[in-house]
Amino acid sequence: MPAPDRPVARPRPVYLNLVRIRLPLPGIVSFLHRVSGAVLFLFGIPLLLLAVQCSLATPDQFASLTSALAHPLARLAAIGFAWACLHHFCAGIRFLLLDLHIGDDLAPARRSSAVVLAVSLALTLVAGVRLW
Amino acid sequence: MVTRPLRQAVGAHYGSKDWLVQRVTAVVMAAYTILVLGLALWNGGIDYALWKALFARGAWKLATFVFMLALCWHAWIGVRDIWMDYVKPVGARLTLEVLTVLALAAYVGWTVQILWGGR
Repeated sequence: MPAPDRPVARPRPVYLNLVRIRLPLPGIVSFLHRVSGAVLFLFGIPLLLLAVQCSLATPDQFASLTSALAHPLARLAAIGFAWACLHHFCAGIRFLLLDLHIGDDLAPARRSSAVVLAVSLALTLVAGVRLW
Repeated sequence: MVTRPLRQAVGAHYGSKDWLVQRVTAVVMAAYTILVLGLALWNGGIDYALWKALFARGAWKLATFVFMLALCWHAWIGVRDIWMDYVKPVGARLTLEVLTVLALAAYVGWTVQILWGGR
């Protein structure tokens, strides 16, 4: 594709050092969207189904689900899942808005990526405090 | 502003269909999630009796089933994108994609068992 507005040709090929590369904030949010999605697929869906199955079985099993969360490791995992859900949800809504061309200029897009990071972390904190 | 390329690099427009499916399923899941959260807030938490009564309703079973279908379709597109981006050997990618489809099919089956398994 011709690029008439770029006067100087950049040296090619370009080698990207993945360790030294610094993503802008929207890039980090986008990458975390992928990471949280992978976590939700690998562990989230089976655990969700297991939880729904147990919770519907008997009142005892419904109660055992809440007592299972008494273990600190289970609580840590639950907080991890809460973050994955919340980040994926918030970042996803941001992407839907960007698709509708709402806030897709550089400055508002950077701002909204910061909002997504902050809101999902804050809500995770609230969930964690309620759990503990 | 991005100008349209003069010709399509890949055929059959499959990319734009998946792009749309990814977004429609996201909206379906968001609606269901907000419904569950709203129910929990409205009732001041969900206890066993309420939970059980909710899942006894046919409409709720259907809504939950549609949610799970949306979730699995959404997950398929997302996970397949991850395999396509990071796994280049065709054999390994195909294996991972097949395993993904099998897992998602099993999850849909599991959902049917939970919802209509009878107890």
